[in-house]
Amino acid sequence: MSGASASSPPAAQGLGLAQYAICLKGIVWREALRYWHQRERFVSALVRPLVWLFIFAAGFRSVLGVSIIPPYDTYVLYEVYITPGLIAMIELFSGMQSSLSMVYDREMGNMRTLLVSPFPRWFLLTSKLVAGTAVSLAQVYAFLLVAYFWEIEPPSPWGYLTVLPALVLAGLMLGALGMLLSSLIKQLENFAGVMNFVIFPMFFASSALYPVWRVKEGSPWLATICELNPFTHAVELIRFAFYEKINFLALAVVLGTTIVFLGAAIIAYDPSRGMLPRREGP
Amino acid sequence: MSSSTPDEEAAGNRGASPPAALEVAAASHSYGKRKALENVGFSVAQGSFSVLLGLNGAGKSTLFCLITRLFATRGTVRIFGFDVNRAPGEALRRLGVVFQARTLDLDLTVMQNLCYHAALHGISGQDIKLRASFVLDQVKMADRARDKVRDLSGGQMRRVEIARALLHRPRMLLLDEPTAGLDIKARADILKHVRGLVAREGIGVLWATHMIDEIEPGDDVVVLHEGKILDHGNASEIAARAGAAGIGPAFNALTSAARFEGEPR
Repeated sequence: MSGASASSPPAAQGLGLAQYAICLKGIVWREALRYWHQRERFVSALVRPLVWLFIFAAGFRSVLGVSIIPPYDTYVLYEVYITPGLIAMIELFSGMQSSLSMVYDREMGNMRTLLVSPFPRWFLLTSKLVAGTAVSLAQVYAFLLVAYFWEIEPPSPWGYLTVLPALVLAGLMLGALGMLLSSLIKQLENFAGVMNFVIFPMFFASSALYPVWRVKEGSPWLATICELNPFTHAVELIRFAFYEKINFLALAVVLGTTIVFLGAAIIAYDPSRGMLPRREGP
Repeated sequence: MSSSTPDEEAAGNRGASPPAALEVAAASHSYGKRKALENVGFSVAQGSFSVLLGLNGAGKSTLFCLITRLFATRGTVRIFGFDVNRAPGEALRRLGVVFQARTLDLDLTVMQNLCYHAALHGISGQDIKLRASFVLDQVKMADRARDKVRDLSGGQMRRVEIARALLHRPRMLLLDEPTAGLDIKARADILKHVRGLVAREGIGVLWATHMIDEIEPGDDVVVLHEGKILDHGNASEIAARAGAAGIGPAFNALTSAARFEGEPR
């Protein structure tokens, strides 16, 4: 080994664009590696939506009729209707899972390794968000592969490509929500609360399982909640993109919500303004 | 180590004489109403081994949080003249940290942990593999590079953490109770290695501990107790000032005197 070069003092180099790229790549690579080592997580993330698809949707096929609503041109099977909702559910769980891992990292100290990096904190947190989203994309496409054999597919194969930007945006939004929550949760045990107060209400009060017009027949105020729920818009963005269409309202809501959630998370992790200093231990 | 004088502050900014590796001035921090640190100030000269001595709960870890910018601080912290709040990138680049809690990814290999750390400092490529092998070799862990961290002993993990902290060639190294929970042999090895870094490579070290036997008479010592600095200077000077035979009795005398002063009359 060339000890001389390896032990020489630091070259005074600034943090250029290339260094930022290396840092982002490193954070994504580490998330993917960790994920690879927790394959049971992958399996459970896949089984959950499949149970909904194979059992729930099959059971409700005859109970819930779906009329022709955009982006569909014909009557669709209930399985087809809930697929975008289940995709968003995968991303919702994935976002919450990465929030859980951030709380875990904070308790275990790994978070400190990240935060003492010389890169700006907003960049580190955004990189972490991108890493989490990349992992969720792998889950979504695995689910779509299984769904394909269940005869759920977009009108043309291009749908698999056009849905990608929608998946990225929805993944970022839900990941940013998870990140914000992780800054507010004090301990791992409180994660059960997140399940009850965030995941379930967000999922059920949305257009994931039933169209909003159908909810309106039963309860107009619940329909209003569904329309205000950003998760509804994530679902609709994915639904339209899968059919090679753009839902501009959904796009705007998802973009805006991502910015708000991420901004709030960055503030919460800021050393001078955030939540960290008020607690003992980071 | 010395109390911060205006001269040193000027040096920290303008480099008339070399800036201190680490300079803390008037640092305070509270958790809610409880004051964890009050007006703490000291500096670590380049290439010196300094001990931050205090009992559990003295505020050592809080101080480390301020130095590493986990918390914002009232007061200033400078690393080679760079203010951690105003120029965090420049300051943190020059700093290596070994936290009290284990911070390695257990499921990743030793080398993967090191490469991740390098990426967090914007370094990658063939050079980093060489550098990683070199720092691992220094702590006698080169043959474990491909092993998962989970399979290492506590002492080995600590050595890897020290290697990792040196990966980006920092000139200042912070260690928060690095020998806690290790056996006598592992403790001695780690202490010897870090002292060697100071002697050979001129790295500045701040070593937080509550173990008196890790201090040598020539070391600089900051005595921290209940968030305040009781004394600082050369270990033998502190002992002489307290009229004690060594740093151990001096520490006991200082902390018990502080307790009496704190009591209501």
